[in-house]
Amino acid sequence: MSEVKIRSGNELVVEGAIAAGCKIFGGYPITPSSEIAEGMARELPKVDGLFIQMEDELAAMGAVIGASLGGKKVLTATSGPGFSLKQENLGVAMIAEVPVVIVNVMRGGPSTGLPTRGAQGDVMQARWGTHGDHPVIALAPAFPEEVFTTTIEAFNLAEKYMTPVILLLDEIVGHSHEPVELPKEGEYEIINRKYPDKVEDLAIYKREMGEPPLRPDFFMGYPIHVESLEHSDQGYPNTVPENVEVQQKRRLLKIENHKNEIIKYKTHFTDDAELVIFAFGSMARSALEAIKLLREEGIKVGLFQPITIWPFPEEQLKDVVKDRDTLVVELNWGQLIYEVERVLKDNKVHSLLKMTGMAITPNEIIDKIKEIKNA
Amino acid sequence: MLDYEKYLRYRTFPVPWCPGCGIGMIFKAVAMTFSKLEWEPNDIAVVSGIGCSGRLSTYFNTNSLHTTHGRALTFATGVKLSNPDKHVVVFSGDGDALAIGGNHFIHACRRNLNMKMVVINNNIYGMTGGQVSPTTPTGFISTTTPYGNTEPHFNTVELAKAAGATYVARETVNRPRQLLKVLEKAFKHTGFAVVEVISNCHINLGRRNKLKHPIPMLDWINQQTIPIAKAKDMSEDELELKYVVGEFVHRHRPDYFEVYENKVVKKAKGE
Ligand SMILES: Cc1ncc(C[n+]2csc(CCOP(=O)(O)OP(=O)(O)O)c2C)c(N)n1
Repeated sequence: MSEVKIRSGNELVVEGAIAAGCKIFGGYPITPSSEIAEGMARELPKVDGLFIQMEDELAAMGAVIGASLGGKKVLTATSGPGFSLKQENLGVAMIAEVPVVIVNVMRGGPSTGLPTRGAQGDVMQARWGTHGDHPVIALAPAFPEEVFTTTIEAFNLAEKYMTPVILLLDEIVGHSHEPVELPKEGEYEIINRKYPDKVEDLAIYKREMGEPPLRPDFFMGYPIHVESLEHSDQGYPNTVPENVEVQQKRRLLKIENHKNEIIKYKTHFTDDAELVIFAFGSMARSALEAIKLLREEGIKVGLFQPITIWPFPEEQLKDVVKDRDTLVVELNWGQLIYEVERVLKDNKVHSLLKMTGMAITPNEIIDKIKEIKNA
Repeated sequence: MLDYEKYLRYRTFPVPWCPGCGIGMIFKAVAMTFSKLEWEPNDIAVVSGIGCSGRLSTYFNTNSLHTTHGRALTFATGVKLSNPDKHVVVFSGDGDALAIGGNHFIHACRRNLNMKMVVINNNIYGMTGGQVSPTTPTGFISTTTPYGNTEPHFNTVELAKAAGATYVARETVNRPRQLLKVLEKAFKHTGFAVVEVISNCHINLGRRNKLKHPIPMLDWINQQTIPIAKAKDMSEDELELKYVVGEFVHRHRPDYFEVYENKVVKKAKGE
């Protein structure tokens, strides 16, 4: 029989990262993410890994990118203010196509905001936080086992698509301690970055349109150049418009063209539902509880729970919801609802949006559903 | 082929620096040092920030990484952590190293990873057209100090010393022989080594301060240059605005990995 442990979401990120083969963590403490740094500081030296507390989040982001180029799987973790600081160097990982996993345990913002309170206010920052057009993968698990497996998935996607992957927890998911039964080694897939058989002309970024680069790491025998400037196939600075277009499009399409392989979501009680709730992270938990209670009263509601937030699960959401009404529940004053409204433009989209530092409770969701029903 | 040519990435040439710029000379001196020490190009990572000095990484035929303004040391730290037995060399301008990257600079000195840093101090923001930098001499005209710089300027060497760097030297582009000597010692040193090289930006600093051609600008640097032995007998006032050159620090302190292995890994593994 598998062992049942009591774990917080943040602790499960640590276990997931170690299971995925993470060897270097660079971080800077910030509530409510610090348990991830603390856990990595404890665990990494046991697995020939290395933990470093950098002088700030910019430094932490730089360090993990450098270490990834050196061939290691890397993790950094932060929250709101720190996530803001990471944005510039996050762009380096995007333009230079470097696999890194960044955890943002979301707290109330803006600014120092509400350090100890949960929120879901950084989903648009995760998409557009760094300047310029860029590809993004962002994942938002809700349930304990999901935090573990999604952390592994974040590493797998980073390595497969040679890109930063943002793991969005919120304070509620990060800090709730719950019983969890974790899959064992061998029961989950581990993906490592692919290397080219040989590197012709040092063209480390030359791939078919929409494919991630096959690049050796540093010190593998090729004098490769990795650039934060726009670059040629060789990685050398380049501003020729035709080349810029190819590089920019290839980076965007490497996510866009593979989005149906990337996107993960769950549905709960959607088959016979009259209305489908859209909620992620801790709010998916509140919604599921509300749905169970409503069903006891004979009110049939379902839940579409995206685990992949970016790329946004457009087709999947449309397929599940069909022509039914939707209720978007977010712990913010309205962010992902704009995506839902765009995708379900012919449906009725209701909203329950709030950011007061407290969770939106199942009872609030029940009241909202009844209000919609009785309207 | 000259013995340092294998370190030059000719296919990315021509280099972008203005005619007469001191960076080219520093470029050659570093390549010659690699050659002298017989470091294999594959065992070297050159990491640089943003600016004229930051462009250097593109032109070394080694592993190389061009990063963000001020942050080169942070990326370099990661590269070194992932490959402790490889050589990591960082280039930064004075703005890169001491303004936007000042925090990373002092912490890199404190941490003592076995990396080398060359700070190219041309006393100005060269790449962006001549704005004031933390090392611009007080009184000098820049585009953002049109009435003269009123702020005091940083002393890179004193900063590195105080922050704990285990090798610290300063040279100027006028002294190639001495520069080669300190680069060699710095690169052989185990620990965080800082070499500041005073360089000429006659275009973006000199032009506005009656030093618009390379020769007068280099002459001016020469006039300000005082060997460390001579400086010992000079007062603080006499040394104001002077570039004291030579080796300032050469000390042993266990480097980051030595400490990590002995004090962390062994405990964590219960050995
Ligand atoms: C975050 C950020 N801020 C500002 C800039 C613009 N910028 C580019 S280089 C530079 C200063 C360069 O001066 P220095 O570091 O002294 O190097 P030099 O060009 O003189 O070698 C600045 C301000 C930037 N690229 N990134």
